[in-house]
Amino acid sequence: MSVTLGDNHDSNSAPPSRGGAWLRGLCLAALGVAAKAEANTSNGYNLPLGVTSLSHDIYALHMEVFWICVGIAVAVFGVMIYALVKFRHSQGAIPDTTMVHSTKVEIIWTIIPVVILVVMAIPAAKVILMMEDTRNSELSIRVTAYQWKWQYQYMDAADGINFFSTLARDSNFARQLHSGIDPKTVPNYLLEVDHPMVIPSGTKVRLLLTSQDVIHAWWVPDFGAKRSAVPGFVNELWFRVDPGKEGIYRGQCTSLCGRDHGFMPIVVDVRTPDDFKKWVEEQKAALKQAAAPAGDPPRSAQVLSTSTN
Amino acid sequence: MANAHVSDTAHHDDHHDQPATGIKRWLFATNHKDIGTMYLVFSLIMFFIGGSMAMVIRAELFQPGLQLVDPGFFNEMTTTHALVMIFGAVMPAFVGLANWMIPMQVGAPDMALPRMNNFSFWILPFAFTLLLSTLFVPGGSVAGGWTLYPPLSEQSGDAFPMLIFAIHMMGASSIMGAINVIVTIMNMRAPGMTLLKMPLFAWSWLITAYLLIAVMPVLAGAVTMLLTDHFFGTSFFNAGGGGDPIMFEHIFWFFGHPEVYIMILPAFGIISEILPTFSRKPLFGATSMIYAIASIAFLSFIVWGHHMFADGMPEAAQLFYMMSTMLIAVPTGVKVFNWTATMWRGSLSFEPPMLFAIAFLFLFSIGGFSGLMLAIVPADFQYNQTYFVVAHFHYVLVPGAIFGIMAGVYYWLPKWTGHMYNMTLAKAHFWLSAIFVNVLFFPQHFLGLAGMPRRIPDYAVQFTDWNMVSSIGGFAFGLSQILFVIVIVQCARGGQKASAIVWEGTHPTGLEWTLPSPAPYHSFSTAPEIR
Repeated sequence: MSVTLGDNHDSNSAPPSRGGAWLRGLCLAALGVAAKAEANTSNGYNLPLGVTSLSHDIYALHMEVFWICVGIAVAVFGVMIYALVKFRHSQGAIPDTTMVHSTKVEIIWTIIPVVILVVMAIPAAKVILMMEDTRNSELSIRVTAYQWKWQYQYMDAADGINFFSTLARDSNFARQLHSGIDPKTVPNYLLEVDHPMVIPSGTKVRLLLTSQDVIHAWWVPDFGAKRSAVPGFVNELWFRVDPGKEGIYRGQCTSLCGRDHGFMPIVVDVRTPDDFKKWVEEQKAALKQAAAPAGDPPRSAQVLSTSTN
Repeated sequence: MANAHVSDTAHHDDHHDQPATGIKRWLFATNHKDIGTMYLVFSLIMFFIGGSMAMVIRAELFQPGLQLVDPGFFNEMTTTHALVMIFGAVMPAFVGLANWMIPMQVGAPDMALPRMNNFSFWILPFAFTLLLSTLFVPGGSVAGGWTLYPPLSEQSGDAFPMLIFAIHMMGASSIMGAINVIVTIMNMRAPGMTLLKMPLFAWSWLITAYLLIAVMPVLAGAVTMLLTDHFFGTSFFNAGGGGDPIMFEHIFWFFGHPEVYIMILPAFGIISEILPTFSRKPLFGATSMIYAIASIAFLSFIVWGHHMFADGMPEAAQLFYMMSTMLIAVPTGVKVFNWTATMWRGSLSFEPPMLFAIAFLFLFSIGGFSGLMLAIVPADFQYNQTYFVVAHFHYVLVPGAIFGIMAGVYYWLPKWTGHMYNMTLAKAHFWLSAIFVNVLFFPQHFLGLAGMPRRIPDYAVQFTDWNMVSSIGGFAFGLSQILFVIVIVQCARGGQKASAIVWEGTHPTGLEWTLPSPAPYHSFSTAPEIR
């Protein structure tokens, strides 16, 4: 059983962090969102609520800090605007040249911001500790970044599954300079691949991220999961897609990696654990078939994916 | 108040009352006013060059799909745009303002080291010719981002050593300029001008100069290691040889973070001069303002990791950098509150310098808020390397640093030229700039939150609308800057005579306002008396 350091760290079940629970509830209520809401992608203005407890916590933190900033802005800009209107020379204002300093006021407007920062930092610190806790992962996948594609090599129960994931052909044609193809006619333009990563919902998935050439970064906004892929090093990140949130999620490389940095997207196909098991069996069967009659099955057969949509 | 027109005979034989004529005046300039002018003209040219690159970027991003440029060239544009703006526009402009104003503000006849001053300037046209010529060499300019992360930067072509050399030259120029500022301020203040009596602009530059001396050598080290990795078989940043690409990020950002404060502290100084003048009221809490600048400068050394949160950083480091970064909000907030208190119960008039200063207050604060959001580590995982970051730093750099520079130019231009300028055109420049800078950059917050990464030439169709708005803002903002050039050129040529105070009805403090306009070629040859 995992040792918990607090309510955030038993990441096998998905308890809300105590600090963030009321915030999350508030935000969800504010959005008028029920448990199975369609808040899978951003509304175009704001972060997506996402489909993992991590993305929910991040969203809550983001909204908390955002509203604090709005509050401070309204107060401070309000005072500024009032001054700009009320104390105009053209309206005959006389300057109060004795108003040059006040230690008391300086102390107040130093202490209050510090208090506000502490209030922001505490829930943030809790989420940091939770994010970095990759123990007890149920499925690990080695993700290798290349210029300009991703490679996914599964481990644990899905060991042996190994394939590359590249920009889909229709996007690739359309994105060429002077292609003459309207991007709006291409489904999921620049966000579609030939072989998506397939994972089960309700499972703690851990990615082991590295690169074969330059620094890249793997990011799926709806998971709240981003990490750099650094050559020669392995970075870990974990996420757990909420049960009931099966579907397709899309992301992009987020670290400038050369000419086609903008053209190596990430697509994750989240399935129920049962569907995922079926997919694993199909892939392993395909691997066996592709194996040479004599000798071991090749470690990295190119999988004919039956999982594309 | 001493106000010397006649040169001391104790000076060097070549010393004349009037400046030399022709090209020699500029090539061999040792006068802080001439050198200041050269820096400012150079930076204005660089601003337009960097700006045209931004126009290429925004033109390509106007619509989804690739219409205009190859993705590799697009990356060259983003990289070179940043290098030109940072090292060619913002920093030289602040040095130009320092050169013009610091000697006058402290009552000194010139900078402490006038020949080194000349060298500091003349390095720059060479450095930038080298930098810009990389656009035309095989392989094109370096295209790995101005941050030059290896291993990607190691994939550059012939441009690579040219860029490294250009960076070394720019760094040397900055270091020498910084030395000059410190020595001038520490050694040549007029008798009676204690440090605490010194104007805020001079203070902001004193602190900035220490930052420059501390971190430019670090950049030099970082790019030299890139060079030796590329050409001499070292493996500082090559994991295959036992090195670490992340170490580059540490070294670079140890320079990079203080660098961004180098680019804003002088603007803080300028705003602290302008607001009191046009509020007709002294700066509120001047001593705390100085302490605030010093605290910001100190803190700037211990936050560099916030550029690297998503790179695989251990939790202890994430916690430390989050807290140190959030802490910078405190002295910065103190400054914003003090500026507001300066205006409170003042008597405000809205000449162009004041307009830019007020826009700075509002818009830099918006950049500060997005910076605070970026400091929250878990949230940063969603913002990092997206357009949210691009929006943040452009808010603090454009309506922050650039508006600060423009405010300073509009404030001191009559002192330099002796003429008032076309107020109507200047105000038009202001309004167009202030409106369109927001049209250009505010939607980028939405793009970043919605999931658009940065440094991409093409994007998924859901990002179309805000990109289009941003591009329109970009073109309009860029075109509006032509008005700035017109105002300056017209003012240099002629205009209504400016008095010593220039801004009639205000009581600007600072020794520069005791000099006639235009300030004499040699001012304060005899030290003024400071009461």
